[in-house]
Amino acid sequence: MTGAASWLGPDEWQAVRLSLQVAAWATLASLPLALLAAYALARWSFWGKSLLNGIVHLPLILPPVVTGYILLRVFGRRGVLGAWLEQTFGIVLSFHWTGAALAAAVMAFPLIVRAIRLSIEAIDARIENSAATLGAAPVWVFATITLPLALPGIIAGAILGFAKALGEFGATITFVGAIPGQTQTIPSAIYVFLQSPDGGQGALRLVILSIVIAMTALIASEWVARRAAVWARGA
Amino acid sequence: MSLHVDIKAQLGAFALDVQFTAPMGVTVLFGPSGCGKSSVINAIAGLIRPDQGQIICESRPLFDSVARVNLPAHRRRMGVIFQDARLFPHLNVQQNLTYGRWFAGKHRLGPSLHDTCDLLGIGHLLHRRPSALSGGEAARVAIGRALLSAPDMILADEPLAALDEARRAEILPYFAALRDAALVPMIYVSHSVPEVAGLATTVVALQGGRVVAMGSVDDIFGRADVMGANASTMLPARIIGHHPDGLTELATEAGHVFVPQINAAIGTSYMLRINSGDVMLARSQPSDLSALNILRGEICGVEAQSGGAVMVSLRAGNATIRARITQRSWASMGLDMGQTCFAIVKSLSLAKGTG
Repeated sequence: MTGAASWLGPDEWQAVRLSLQVAAWATLASLPLALLAAYALARWSFWGKSLLNGIVHLPLILPPVVTGYILLRVFGRRGVLGAWLEQTFGIVLSFHWTGAALAAAVMAFPLIVRAIRLSIEAIDARIENSAATLGAAPVWVFATITLPLALPGIIAGAILGFAKALGEFGATITFVGAIPGQTQTIPSAIYVFLQSPDGGQGALRLVILSIVIAMTALIASEWVARRAAVWARGA
Repeated sequence: MSLHVDIKAQLGAFALDVQFTAPMGVTVLFGPSGCGKSSVINAIAGLIRPDQGQIICESRPLFDSVARVNLPAHRRRMGVIFQDARLFPHLNVQQNLTYGRWFAGKHRLGPSLHDTCDLLGIGHLLHRRPSALSGGEAARVAIGRALLSAPDMILADEPLAALDEARRAEILPYFAALRDAALVPMIYVSHSVPEVAGLATTVVALQGGRVVAMGSVDDIFGRADVMGANASTMLPARIIGHHPDGLTELATEAGHVFVPQINAAIGTSYMLRINSGDVMLARSQPSDLSALNILRGEICGVEAQSGGAVMVSLRAGNATIRARITQRSWASMGLDMGQTCFAIVKSLSLAKGTG
């Protein structure tokens, strides 16, 4: 750590720490809702299902700057929900690291939902039925059968979401800007470096670090997901 | 404990309209593939919802379209044994076996894990995952899992259909043991004649989504309109001797019968099935004949059948033996009601699992 800390400047080190913090919170906050959305899309049939599917995928398709703008209008200090959150709970999202986490969570959401949905769809519903005939109420079927069998997909989705959150730039900079120590994550720090004539060295260091983090996350996710899949298959 | 079923359901283009009552013992739903047997099981288990009717277990309504009762599957207490075992791949055998027990709660009486493992011979598999089990082992674990959930009734949906002949012969006795232990009544779906013959106390014959006949195995198996060329006689028998030339001798109401070796002790009860097409009739006692089994009786019934055949019923002792012969033979031999004649059955046609 001391090696990395001395290699990176304090601002850069701060950007790395902030990025990890934002991405971790974004992933954790997305997961429960993503699980619910994935389960609903995989197993339920209801009116407005394709609408829900569209809304879930919207952040994947929209230009990130549009998503950031929408977040600003809704969760900004003068936004519909933003004003309410500030008055009732004292929560401020705009130009604050929690806002960066929200932006990253929204952008990562469709990827997480997709991965989990595929893994739930791959579970034989007849296995869940047989659990029901043994006396398990739906919530227990979910907890003891569906959830464990979907675990490889959930892990894969979480890591994919984490990687996406780590790299999120467009929506974040639109919604919360790039305030050092508050909202300046690795991508926005690189961007800021590139705006100044002598920022090339700093940008390069962060670029290398980004690649290392991304590769580590990818390899770790492959390994964990494979282990989980082997475990769920019962080999 | 008995189950009363009276349901109608439209399943795509297929109409199900079934009424029957299953008493204690094993009620076999018998019929060709696609006759609606599995749909009936799924309706009783709560996995599909009939359009109208009632399913009542003892006095507990599981489904009643008039009273608007439709218990969800997890509250029906029906232990289902599926064709493809459907074990939980992420749990080991012991966790699979005790899964239902946990939901049944402590107040519900059921067999112990130890007794169940003994009965099914699966004690040595407890720490294995389902992926490491053979087809026969998985089938036995599935039986144990259903039993241990302390169900009011066992529903077995062609539990042997996915297994090969040898595995079937291995698993079938466990179902017979289950029936004889009289733990819970069972509904057993099958299209296999030997399975029905070996297990059923009551047979419900289904065709095209309707019940076409209901009764004891002997009643149903004797009916050519239900069984076609498989119509046969069920003859309760007892093993009285094993002969060194590879034959087993059985005592029946109709007389002694020789069959190919049965691996069971002397004194064991045995249900002998004689296919009506394998029985010849003679007016006088034949001699110099290769067939070993010649049973004397009186003609007590005759029924014309399609394809130029007649089904002749022969009263022999307290048993009725059915012979399916041509109308031509019936006429040319001058057979008639009340007449004495001899039924001839080849021993080798009585081999286990034939027909």
